[in-house]
Amino acid sequence: MTALTVLEKLAILSDAAKYDASCASSGSAKRDSLKSGGIGSTEGMGICHSYAPDGRCISLLKILLTNFCIYDCSYCINRSSSNVRRARFTVDEVVKLTMDFYRRNYIEGLFLSSGVIRSPDETMGEMVEVARRLRLDEKFSGYIHLKTIPESSAELVEKAGLYADRLSINVELPTDEGVKKLAPEKKPETIRLSMANLRRKIEEKSEPTLRTKKRERFAPGGQSTQMIVGADKTSDDGILHTSARLYGSYHLRRVYYSAFSPIPDSSSSLPLQKPPLMREHRLYQADWLIRFYGFSQPEILAGSSDGMLDLAIDPKLAWALRNRGQFPVDINRADREALLRVPGLGTKVVAKILETRRHRRMRLEDVGRLCQSITKLRPFIIAEGWSPGALTDGAGLRGKIVQPCEQLSLF
Amino acid sequence: MQPAELDLGGYIVRLDSETDFAGWRDAARRLALNEVRPEDIGWHVVPGSDQADLPAVPAGAQLVVPRDFIGHAETAFCHSDPSRFAFLYRLLWRLRSEPKLLAIASDPDTRRLETMEKAVRRDSHKMHAFVRFRKIGDGDEERYVAWFEPDHFIVERNADFFVRRFTGMRWTILTPYASADWDGERLAIGPGAAKGDAPTQDDTEALWRTYFQNIFNPARLKVKAMQKEMPKKYWRNLPEASLIPELIAGADKAAKDMIARTPTTPAPHHAKVQARHWPKHEPAEARDDDSATTIPELREAAKGCRRCPLWRDATQTVFGEGPENAKVIFVGEQPGDQEDLAGKPFVGPAGKVFDAILDDAGVDRQKVYVTNAVKHFKFEPRGKRRIHSKPNAGEVQACRWWIDREFALIKPDLAVALGATAALSLLGKAIPVTKMRGQVIKREDGLRVFITIHPSFILRIHEPADKDAERERFLHDMKQVKRLMA
Repeated sequence: MTALTVLEKLAILSDAAKYDASCASSGSAKRDSLKSGGIGSTEGMGICHSYAPDGRCISLLKILLTNFCIYDCSYCINRSSSNVRRARFTVDEVVKLTMDFYRRNYIEGLFLSSGVIRSPDETMGEMVEVARRLRLDEKFSGYIHLKTIPESSAELVEKAGLYADRLSINVELPTDEGVKKLAPEKKPETIRLSMANLRRKIEEKSEPTLRTKKRERFAPGGQSTQMIVGADKTSDDGILHTSARLYGSYHLRRVYYSAFSPIPDSSSSLPLQKPPLMREHRLYQADWLIRFYGFSQPEILAGSSDGMLDLAIDPKLAWALRNRGQFPVDINRADREALLRVPGLGTKVVAKILETRRHRRMRLEDVGRLCQSITKLRPFIIAEGWSPGALTDGAGLRGKIVQPCEQLSLF
Repeated sequence: MQPAELDLGGYIVRLDSETDFAGWRDAARRLALNEVRPEDIGWHVVPGSDQADLPAVPAGAQLVVPRDFIGHAETAFCHSDPSRFAFLYRLLWRLRSEPKLLAIASDPDTRRLETMEKAVRRDSHKMHAFVRFRKIGDGDEERYVAWFEPDHFIVERNADFFVRRFTGMRWTILTPYASADWDGERLAIGPGAAKGDAPTQDDTEALWRTYFQNIFNPARLKVKAMQKEMPKKYWRNLPEASLIPELIAGADKAAKDMIARTPTTPAPHHAKVQARHWPKHEPAEARDDDSATTIPELREAAKGCRRCPLWRDATQTVFGEGPENAKVIFVGEQPGDQEDLAGKPFVGPAGKVFDAILDDAGVDRQKVYVTNAVKHFKFEPRGKRRIHSKPNAGEVQACRWWIDREFALIKPDLAVALGATAALSLLGKAIPVTKMRGQVIKREDGLRVFITIHPSFILRIHEPADKDAERERFLHDMKQVKRLMA
């Protein structure tokens, strides 16, 4: 067999990475190359350098070190029983690709994941070596995200945290039962423990050390995870419950939802259909409500009949329609928490309303100038010269709002 | 020099360039302090001119504007709208009588300022993202050159970003109106250029296009979402963008092909991998049988405990810890946040208080066994915190299976119930802890149970004097425990 070229390997190993939803290159420490004279910077927020026709941003060189894998997770293209073409990068090749791409401003950095070859430690060791080479030999200050292998040793994880901006461990599926069924060799207990250890390590290292008061660098971008949605029967309520548990227990920066995508040569135990992209979108919206809008996880779907998010309308509007007793909210008097619950008002608009109303009372058209559309808003607010009257409790309210919204929210 | 008054009795301001903010600022200051109204000024860009014909600042006059106005104006100034000079002057004019104007987001002028700034920031962001360098030369001659077409006048404000990012590289960014050049030590802003001045090829582009092609998942086509973030106007200078039409056109077929290629027989090496790495599939736990004869065996068995639903949200079972010949067992309520992560009892804040007081009482922590009535952490997630929630009677009852076995193996002389939940677990009924504190209750099986509070109670007292008093009481309890152990 002739050896594969770098171009061929890149084709195989980026194809193998395309089912992974996570992409963010934000949330790390601010850094640049002025002092080191090297290459690379991070400024807190990531930059999306390109977009694929699937609408997802390309901010990182997202590749696998290898797609050989000893695991046989039925939702994964790289599982050992799959007939996909296999390839394996050398450490040198990944370092060179990253630097060549970065110098041309194609990417913000590297997102390195891998199939597990021979042993978790051997694979993890090579991933850490890529990061070490980039940081020390190439003086690279760009973003590095490593996908940690749960079974790898604590020393390797510690080294990984030294060089990487963010570490992640995939929770795989929303329930332990799901993992046991679809990823029989993976242990949910080990995945939890790895996340717990990572949180402890991140907290320990963020304490100033006694001697220098300087903090040691350890995964400044925190940890994240990904779970696959739609490969098992878990309801949205169950998925959000798992997310809330993960955010609370392991202080994750992000939980990524990856709609289960049909994969070539897929296992027969999985649904053969296009991924439920709208469901994934609604889950992200609901996740947002928990993290930035003060919603608790149970209340998002409280009162819904099947524990599923409404695909036709966003979760905040759905919640408002189920909780009309809390409306209308007075734009000129309500506190921040109440304003954040109004459908159509985002965190930025709420901040502007709070600032503006210190100086003048706001009318409906004033609010209208601050947001995209007033249709969704009108039944839920009181403003100077505006009261929704019976509109808030009207039986046909959903129909009135949903129609104009639908054109906006469907892709 | 022409007299400024020629323009319908108003003033003409000549700015040196589209980005001459200093010139605008100087002129605006002079005109505003001379009470020249916005409608009486014409603004033009005339390179090389000065503003000698504008009225001087009246002696002692000062222009007061809100501090953040200059920052906003500087950003909006980069906008390509030719009416921006007059608009910003109008804003300045209004600000003198309405100093809070910028905080009123619903005002049309404030909205317009914000919209302009947003456009400039977006364009800057796109410049950070979509500049594509091409390498020319090798060794000492190596340089990276990019051609970019911004919508607004943003080269100057973004050059520093590229310096910070590409410090160790020599690079030039060419745009139609200006260029930025970094030689490794100095940044120089120069005149505009033509697209033909930039290199047209780079060997790495073949790799980049391969990556772009393969990272795309055809089953998730979302063309509008892509174009929203990467508008077509940028495509002509992005080496990967020429692939987009064929990727879109082939997506449906590619997705169908993916589905059609499934399922097949396992890959040839699969059986070998399974045999080598997964010799036997372990049967699911359910090891909490009665066969454990030592504490380590019992601890191992408890790892897979499913006796109540609390395991679902917790990280791990937190089992008891201490010597198997301990004379006393301390029983707490349940593990907390830190215990759940570490897998050990009494390591969090309450555990630290407990340790310190045991030490003061002269009880050797190494010689006692500590455990909890419930072995999984029960909590409500709230944002990034976990709020402890009290285990219910059913959960306490379910976990007695483990407690009873711990007692049976260790056979202590004394049990210390720390708090109501522990008392409930040990005595099988709810008792008023604060009332019965310090008492010893003898169980039917002969075990003596000493009743006291949980050390976390001390942590929750805010008043320092009360806290000290409570600590003293608990210390007193522990001294009593020491006597009972003897």
